[in-house]
Amino acid sequence: MGDAQEKIRVLIAKAGLDGHDRGAKVVARALRDAGMEVIYTGLRQTPEMITEAALQEDVQVVGLSILSGAHMTLVPKVKKMLKEQGLENVKLFLGGIIPDEDKRELEKLGVAGIYGPGTSTQVIIEDIQNACQ
Amino acid sequence: MPVTDPKEILKGERLAISRALTQIENSTQEGYQLLEELFPHTGKAHLIGVTGAPGTGKSTLVNQLAYHYRRTEGGEKAPRLAVIAVDPTSPFSGGALLGDRVRMQDLAGDPGVFVRSMASRGSLGGLAAATANLVQVFDAAGYEIIIIETVGAGQAEVDIASLAHSTIVVEAPGLGDEIQTIKAGILEIADILVVNKSDKPGADHTLRALRSMLTLSQPRPEDIAHHGPAQQATQPTDDLPSSLWSTPVLPTISTIGEGFPELIAELANHLDYLKTSGEWQRREEKRLKNELEMLLRDTLRTRWENKISATKYQYTLDRVVTRKLTPWKAVQVLLEGAGL
Repeated sequence: MGDAQEKIRVLIAKAGLDGHDRGAKVVARALRDAGMEVIYTGLRQTPEMITEAALQEDVQVVGLSILSGAHMTLVPKVKKMLKEQGLENVKLFLGGIIPDEDKRELEKLGVAGIYGPGTSTQVIIEDIQNACQ
Repeated sequence: MPVTDPKEILKGERLAISRALTQIENSTQEGYQLLEELFPHTGKAHLIGVTGAPGTGKSTLVNQLAYHYRRTEGGEKAPRLAVIAVDPTSPFSGGALLGDRVRMQDLAGDPGVFVRSMASRGSLGGLAAATANLVQVFDAAGYEIIIIETVGAGQAEVDIASLAHSTIVVEAPGLGDEIQTIKAGILEIADILVVNKSDKPGADHTLRALRSMLTLSQPRPEDIAHHGPAQQATQPTDDLPSSLWSTPVLPTISTIGEGFPELIAELANHLDYLKTSGEWQRREEKRLKNELEMLLRDTLRTRWENKISATKYQYTLDRVVTRKLTPWKAVQVLLEGAGL
């Protein structure tokens, strides 16, 4: 029967309490143009909402955008909740302004990629494609 | 990736449902096997289609509708509810930006609601090819109401009418005059018409225009009673049940939830009408017939493709291009070449 076709599904969420969603939108658009199916959830998402959306949408990748400085609170929480829901295979990517020492700690926690201002969208696209192989 | 157990889906396990939806959307073997197992358990849910032009507020309306369904009063048990929201796939990249969840924040955290976004993946008509199959999964998993939101395309997304039991067409004030609504062809598929954003100027005019358009095309039950035999004589009898439902036109304001108890009441009326008039049975038959025919077409095509060599196809095509063979003759040659 019909041809099997797989698409990379990505959830892009603005976690926490900041309204700066330009970066998230730029990335969402770039991933779409790279042939991915991007589920955009909008602003002010709690870790609970992000996990629930990742579960319902069966995404391979969750991309968080955090510019509020709360990444050390939010990211571990999202990581933990994904695991609790049986979604430990979902790759977590992070965009925002993240100091180097935090970066190291988050990477130890299992965050697959962290991107600061000025990152080329091509880098993000390739990292996601590689992570989903 | 572990194989999904159909029993988990029947129990309503959300992770199993979600994984199954992906397999089915991707048309994998596992997906088809799951559908085989699930099909006998389907046919119970009320399928509600929501369609309309882009920007009329379909997602926001679905958000409020689902929210109101889940907030039934008087200790009544709220129905479990699934939403399938279809957005267009970009014809240039094959990717899609699925943004309907942005408008459905009120449904977050409710374990009785399952929202799934879906890309149209190149199919026209406002739905994706696999939408009907995703509906089967939710139906088998015991979701009592399944809301299907189509791509906002405006004038041709009529596929939804053959999938849903009740079709809501969403209009908004200021989107063109009556001529647009006659052209659209989506008025004919509406079981319920909603004028959303009815706090905007011009809403009264839109409501009036739609109501008058509908009275032109739909005899009211009292008209039939009044004119009795004369009406019936001019109509084929199997068209009578559908003409007995007169499409209501309702104003709503989705951003503040106004008009939704009325909308839910009309949906209940419509369900009641479907069940008592025998129309439910008729629509189910039509829906499954559509699905069967589509499957048949796909399967035949795949079989044919497997039997015809690419060179033979190219050779025939070249002869058509050089006008040595007519397209009609070419089809015959290609079918015979595959032994069909």
